[in-house]
Amino acid sequence: MTTLAEEILKVNDLKKYFRTSRGTVRAVDGVSFTIKEGETLGLVGESGSGKSTVAYVIMGIYPPTSGQILFRGQDISKEARKRPKPLKKEIQIVFQDPGSSLNPRRTIKQIIELPLKVHGLSRNMARTEQVARLLEMVELPIDYLYKYPQAIGGGEKQMVAIARALATSPSFVVLDEPTSALDVSVQAKIIKLLMRLQQELNLTYLFITHDLSLMRNMASRVAIMYLGKICEVAPTVEFFQNPLHPYTKMLLSSIPVVSEEEEALKPQRIISTGEIPSPVNVPPGCSFHLRCPMKLEICSKVDPKPTEVAEGHPVRCHLYPAQSEAR
Amino acid sequence: MELARSAALSRRWEKAKRLWYKFSRNPLSILGLVTVLLIGFVAAFAPFISPYPKHAGGYVNFSEASKPPSLKHLLGTDVFGRDVLSRIFFGYRFSLMMGVVVLALVVPPGVTLGLLAGYLKGTWADTLIMRITDIFVAVPPLVLALAVCSVLTPSVFNAMMAVSLMWWPWYCRMVYGIASSLRNEFFVQAAEVTGASRWHILFREILPNCYAPIFTKMSLDMGWVILIGSALSFVGLGAQPPTPDLGTMLADGAKYMPDQWWIAVFPALAIMIVVLGFNLLGDGIRDMLEVEEV
Amino acid sequence: MAGELLAIRDLHIGFEVYGGTLKVLNGVDLTVREGEKVGLVGETGCGKTTTAKSTLRILPSPPARISKGEILFRGEDILKMGPKEVRRVQGQGISMIFQDPTAALNPVFTIGEQLMDAIRYSNSQGALSKREIRARAIQALKDVALPDPERILECYPIQLSGGMRQRICIAMAIATESELLIADEPTTSLDVTIQAQVLRLLGNLVQEKEASTILITHSLGVVREWTDRVYVMYAGGMVEAAKTKEIFANPLHPYTRLLMKAVPKLTGEGIAEGIPGRIPDYLNPPPGCRFHPRCPHAIPICSQEQPPFFSRGDDHQVACYLYEG
Repeated sequence: MTTLAEEILKVNDLKKYFRTSRGTVRAVDGVSFTIKEGETLGLVGESGSGKSTVAYVIMGIYPPTSGQILFRGQDISKEARKRPKPLKKEIQIVFQDPGSSLNPRRTIKQIIELPLKVHGLSRNMARTEQVARLLEMVELPIDYLYKYPQAIGGGEKQMVAIARALATSPSFVVLDEPTSALDVSVQAKIIKLLMRLQQELNLTYLFITHDLSLMRNMASRVAIMYLGKICEVAPTVEFFQNPLHPYTKMLLSSIPVVSEEEEALKPQRIISTGEIPSPVNVPPGCSFHLRCPMKLEICSKVDPKPTEVAEGHPVRCHLYPAQSEAR
Repeated sequence: MELARSAALSRRWEKAKRLWYKFSRNPLSILGLVTVLLIGFVAAFAPFISPYPKHAGGYVNFSEASKPPSLKHLLGTDVFGRDVLSRIFFGYRFSLMMGVVVLALVVPPGVTLGLLAGYLKGTWADTLIMRITDIFVAVPPLVLALAVCSVLTPSVFNAMMAVSLMWWPWYCRMVYGIASSLRNEFFVQAAEVTGASRWHILFREILPNCYAPIFTKMSLDMGWVILIGSALSFVGLGAQPPTPDLGTMLADGAKYMPDQWWIAVFPALAIMIVVLGFNLLGDGIRDMLEVEEV
Repeated sequence: MAGELLAIRDLHIGFEVYGGTLKVLNGVDLTVREGEKVGLVGETGCGKTTTAKSTLRILPSPPARISKGEILFRGEDILKMGPKEVRRVQGQGISMIFQDPTAALNPVFTIGEQLMDAIRYSNSQGALSKREIRARAIQALKDVALPDPERILECYPIQLSGGMRQRICIAMAIATESELLIADEPTTSLDVTIQAQVLRLLGNLVQEKEASTILITHSLGVVREWTDRVYVMYAGGMVEAAKTKEIFANPLHPYTRLLMKAVPKLTGEGIAEGIPGRIPDYLNPPPGCRFHPRCPHAIPICSQEQPPFFSRGDDHQVACYLYEG
């Protein structure tokens, strides 16, 4: 079934470096993945892992340093300004912080109608109606049209941001930690909404978060990032049943959970130690070796290559050598 | 349709009420507003409400010269026998006009350049605009105005040009600071990735977030420009007699201090009141336009 | 049963604002026994931090006004103390760890200066020598497992990572040998792997020092893994209190239940609906139980009278009329 679905986005050896006074920050350092039509790829990582930078490069907020991004076969490895206009209609984003993603000086109507105006998607007369329909779609009351963002709650702001992203009927939406600033009861509402809209509008999501429990319930596949590189990718069920990379295990074992059943799913205590190093000084070899409880001698010297341990489950770790070498 | 229009009207009314509430929380702001409105009224209708409109120009009547305040001349008369109150009314007219003209010349280019440089931070446009700004900022406005007016013929027009030339960089720098921090906000990036034009981003997304400091500064600057204009006139480089300018009146009157104190003191007070009024108004505008968190 | 260290009784706090009083705390009851790790869990704006700050008497007043209630620390009412006694309690009795370690540390002083100041103030009577203070500071840094404490004493906060800064804040709180530690969302700004480390460390330290703790958090998972007893707070009042094991096995209050359902699970049961409606307007809170407008099980009395705590089994209390009698 998955083989039938078409690839909507393909990212190939993407790199994004930032030059700073302290040295070159390797925020994204050779990331490759594909997203299939209609699925949700979850991108998980801690702060400094470069997961948001991946999102911003895909959106064209920064141009990539090197590598390729293909959207339905079309090369979009450039800034948004240089991309053809119809393409921007197809790719949208919901930002992390609903406080900063809505202009405090514009009404909800003005905010949501901007994409409609830019892409000439409605006549003046019908526009208010169209915005009202979008509000309805994200389950907000119509009288919010003329409110300012400060007058509504955090979850409601995020719903407005979702309405704005969906105004142009995109096919691909990047969700950059859309609920990390919200309470769980509000988070549940937003996630439910996003999942319903995905069904109804046949959306493809790149879902970025640091919350693995949320990912378990939202994503169809999960990719783990550490220091600008992807450590492990797997279909969600497989990922949680059979996590392989030591970093994945460390993440899983660190999650505070609320029931015994969940506790049982956590890997036998791999205790979390150390901190994520600065991306200015990436350690040689495998970037995780400084914190890894299972490190081998080779780990501090050679950066491992991804190996397909099972179908659609690549791991980048020396503990899982390539198939050609006998295990 | 009719309904929608009345709804829009009531929304505007609601917004106005909220703005007024925020403005009026400080009684001093109201004092500032009343002062400025009164001065504006007096300036606009000076020919009709002055007791002696003819005294505004080169009128001479030595029999009434240097009379202290009385019922006939509430603020006394000057050495040519002209009514000081009438001349203050006309002086306000002149001062306000000067302030308005200077701000009208200064604010649009200053704000636009600041927005542009701030939004394009890190590019050659930013460097060019901001270095030019730095050069202008390095010279005190009054000194340059003095220089320009003493090289060219001293006139009101030259004085206003000189002040304007020195004033725009301040708006440019202020707006630059705000714009360069706002351009990283998610709402600006959201507009960018959806394909909004640069014009839209500069003037519809970023500019409204600069309104509070811009309008506050404009109100404060009205006071400053009036003060500088008066200072230029005081040293004889601005308005030339017999134009009724507060600075010129003060300069003329200063010679007769302290015996005929009213000739100098009342124009001085008039300057003080207008500057203070605009300052208080500026504070009120800032309170009014601040975005409040709920 | 161990003695009561802290007892908050029927605390009412309002904030005076334009248009009236925000009734933020509406009869808060909370007890901390000696050596106990108590969790205080609730969503944004429910009054957790206000409760903590009033206990330390660091709530800015005005606008805050305490209209009713008492906060007994070792039997003495903190709300009735004079400034001198309050400082004594702040210095030696109760210390607090804040959510944002960056804001809690002064950027212009070194870690050493700040840490040693904290130790000096907490020992007003025992006048320690400079060397003793320094030794204690180094010990405190060792306690929180920071490598190279001598170097860290010379560092400015900006030179350290978020996790390290939070460890410093914990070190400061621990070094004062307080009997009660209030940790307000100490790990919210940290990544999960760092959160796990910090919580583990904090747990070991309070056990070692035999201090009692109030851990304030919005994360039910953190509460389950870390505390002995839990208070669930909603809109300015406690809705349920029980031993941690008990409350997770057998949540009673409708709010507690909905909240637990809303947490995404590793077992992948899908996402629950969340809680309908939004938190009440504190200017005009709903009468009776403040949760009743959102409660799926509300009965007529809920909108008329505020429910008291009803006892249910061993040390399990719930403020809900469904459990009356």
